[in-house]
Amino acid sequence: MKSKSFSLFLKDYHSELRTRYAINSLAMFIIVAISIIMFAVGQEKVSESLTGGLFWVVIFFTAMSGLSRAFVSEEERGTSLTLQLLSAPSTVFSGKLIFNIILVFCMNTIIALLYSALFETFIIRNFSLFILSFVLGNFGLAISSTIIAAIIAKAGAKGTLYPVLSFPILLPLILTSVQLTLFALDGTSIEQAKYELAIVVSYDVIMLTVSYLLFDFIWKD
Amino acid sequence: MSNYIVKAKEVTKTFGRRLIFEGISFYHKGNGIFGVSGPNGSGKSTLIKIVAGLLSPSRGKIEHKNQNKDIIPEKLHNHIGFVSPYLVLYEEFSAWENLNYFARIRGIRFEKERVESLLEHFLLFNRKDDLLKTYSSGMKQRMKFIFALMHNPELLILDEPTSNLDVEGKNSVYRIIREEGENNIVIIASNESTDLDLCSDVIHLDKYKN
Repeated sequence: MKSKSFSLFLKDYHSELRTRYAINSLAMFIIVAISIIMFAVGQEKVSESLTGGLFWVVIFFTAMSGLSRAFVSEEERGTSLTLQLLSAPSTVFSGKLIFNIILVFCMNTIIALLYSALFETFIIRNFSLFILSFVLGNFGLAISSTIIAAIIAKAGAKGTLYPVLSFPILLPLILTSVQLTLFALDGTSIEQAKYELAIVVSYDVIMLTVSYLLFDFIWKD
Repeated sequence: MSNYIVKAKEVTKTFGRRLIFEGISFYHKGNGIFGVSGPNGSGKSTLIKIVAGLLSPSRGKIEHKNQNKDIIPEKLHNHIGFVSPYLVLYEEFSAWENLNYFARIRGIRFEKERVESLLEHFLLFNRKDDLLKTYSSGMKQRMKFIFALMHNPELLILDEPTSNLDVEGKNSVYRIIREEGENNIVIIASNESTDLDLCSDVIHLDKYKN
């Protein structure tokens, strides 16, 4: 199944390079969101806690603008039936998940680099904790976004439904990830952040399990 | 001849309160060409989607067996070739790229010789490196047949197989249906009398609405 899922990911990757369905909207959103924050802040000195919060605000809304494409583009182009005839539901979900994980990591790495370069107060004092929370948070974001995208792909008002459905599902992840980012900025040790890390790990495991269990029912008409 | 069995037991489908058809039963084993006919909106596409495992029946069930073993729903796609007007292939890729990806996603070896012979049979070999978005509707229809046949399925399900095809295209489709029908099971959903003439048995859906 792994190689089939990876082949599906490669298909999506090459399709994305040719159609630029998600990359362009994600890139534009990152640039616009960070520019607006920079203009709004002006010469004011932004506190660490606000920078950490704004960092995840940009990540959340950028995810909303691009991650649904995994399934929405298949539905809009009418190619969902082709995928149903090609592979088992678990293979389809795994392939789409790999694509979204890589997209989330690329997108959020760019956001983190831009934040480090543009915000004076975005100074990471515990780099290991930041990387750990960044990786776990990105996995959670990719898993949740992928299953929500599958749910909304068959609905009429996709654009509205995606953020509406995502907000309550992603809220525990975003709140905990904001807290972990603040810990990383103020130099809190991993030991002191273990409860927050446990919440994010639990969230990722639960979302992954639920997604694989639910996907069969979502994928079939 | 294959050892494939497809069996429908009292299959009924409703969408909300609307009854599409009820009590359809059939049993096809090994080989042969079978038809489904009925006026527009009678549920031909719905029935063949149920047979292909793409839709669930409201009542009744469909069984697929190969070599006397039940095929689990997760593996069904490997035994079925499906052509439908609703089927859309990836227009940003060429025919060759599409078929290569299809083989890899299915987890089967890309049989270059078989794919080339199918491309030649359906008169697409010279255009195999062109993007699908540059194809005419007839060429896209012929491409769907290659998609359906490239993995040697035991059950071929065809929904309006000759739509958008010219005489030459129709003839190549009829030839392949006859060839497939000798070794495998072919189910055709159509209103075209020339399509249904190929079938040894036809289900008329207007008889299954009460």
